[in-house]
Amino acid sequence: MGSDHDHGHGPDNHLQPIEARVRALETILTEKGLIDPAAIDAIVDTYQNEVGPRNGAAVVARAWTDPDFAAWLADDATAAIASLDFVGRQGEHMQAVFNTPDEHNVVVCTLCSCYPWPVLGLPPVWYKSPPYRSRVVIEPRAVLAEFGLELPESTSIRVWDSTAELRYLVIPTRPQGTDDWSEDELASLVSRDSMIGTGVAADPDGTEAAATPTAGTPGTP
Amino acid sequence: MGFGPVDPEPNEPYFHADWEERVLGMTLCAAALGHWSLDESRHARENRHPADYYSSSYYEIWQKGLERLLIRHDVVSNEELAAGHSLRPGPESAQVLTADRVPRTLSRGGPVDRPATTKARFETGDQVRTKVINPQTHTRLPRYARGKLGVVDKIHGCHVYPDRNAHGGGEQPQWLYTVRFDGRELWGDDAEAGLSVSIDAWEPYLEPA
Repeated sequence: MGSDHDHGHGPDNHLQPIEARVRALETILTEKGLIDPAAIDAIVDTYQNEVGPRNGAAVVARAWTDPDFAAWLADDATAAIASLDFVGRQGEHMQAVFNTPDEHNVVVCTLCSCYPWPVLGLPPVWYKSPPYRSRVVIEPRAVLAEFGLELPESTSIRVWDSTAELRYLVIPTRPQGTDDWSEDELASLVSRDSMIGTGVAADPDGTEAAATPTAGTPGTP
Repeated sequence: MGFGPVDPEPNEPYFHADWEERVLGMTLCAAALGHWSLDESRHARENRHPADYYSSSYYEIWQKGLERLLIRHDVVSNEELAAGHSLRPGPESAQVLTADRVPRTLSRGGPVDRPATTKARFETGDQVRTKVINPQTHTRLPRYARGKLGVVDKIHGCHVYPDRNAHGGGEQPQWLYTVRFDGRELWGDDAEAGLSVSIDAWEPYLEPA
């Protein structure tokens, strides 16, 4: 980020340079009648509160419990996901990729930050940053180990670089011991990271099979 | 090695400052004016000195890209950015995204599939080699995947072609393929065992192997 020095003029002289710059642009565009600040609020509210990984978890739980839905997801993920009303920007062309004991899927956008917004919300900073973007296509096993995920040697890793408008949702394997669980209960085991591929779904006994180095609550990352 | 540890932030918030929220919303609202495509906006963000790119936070890059697009399309002037105020009125008619239309706009999205007008050159299972290219202009063929031997995994129909669309060349839809590479093809014999990487490649990126 830029230096802390500000230029000392006007009411915004307590702001960081980037804050002043953003505020200036919003002022200009609003004065020209080109943007509606309330639209900005609505967009932010959508991605803060309405759309998030709970959507993807619902897709996964449905796939685990309904073989016809899983088949639909494999054949036409956009339509299957749309049937749950998860549609729109950065999810127009969905692909579901299914983990198996033999193959683990991981998603990245090496070129920028492409991510399936309607099912996962906005991406975390690590997903959009050079370390993950550059290293997960080279050494995913080492990167997943940083997330606390150690896969058996016999499991191969498939990395999907989202270079076009196709957006990838990883369907993690269903944990053992969940045979009679409801979809809602199953969805609670599905972390955001398990749908990117940097984690796996949690076990029913509450242990996360993969946690971030300073483990958060199951269900958040 | 390289860029170092991934270092995820526990319980990370979606935004780390209010200004990041405004940049996200402003970028989407400004794009709705219809002056540029998503492809052009990506290029506007990314086409900068590496030192600038790597020293900027994610939303700083969005802000810089947005300023560049607005100047380029004569929506805003450098004088206005310096002044922090509009110095001339906006155009009489502009397609402004109002708050009430946000839900419909977000849920409609921007699909990029287009009707096919040509036959696909490749089939699933075909061996292909990605071309060696080094354009000064926008491309979605990553440098690590140029001149590499892979296999067509899936065909996705015709999609808007960013390499042309980003520069006002029109959509020029091309057949889109998922192409899969063995890790050793990309990184040599020391690649992690069992690794494969795929990209989504438009037909002009590929030649028969």
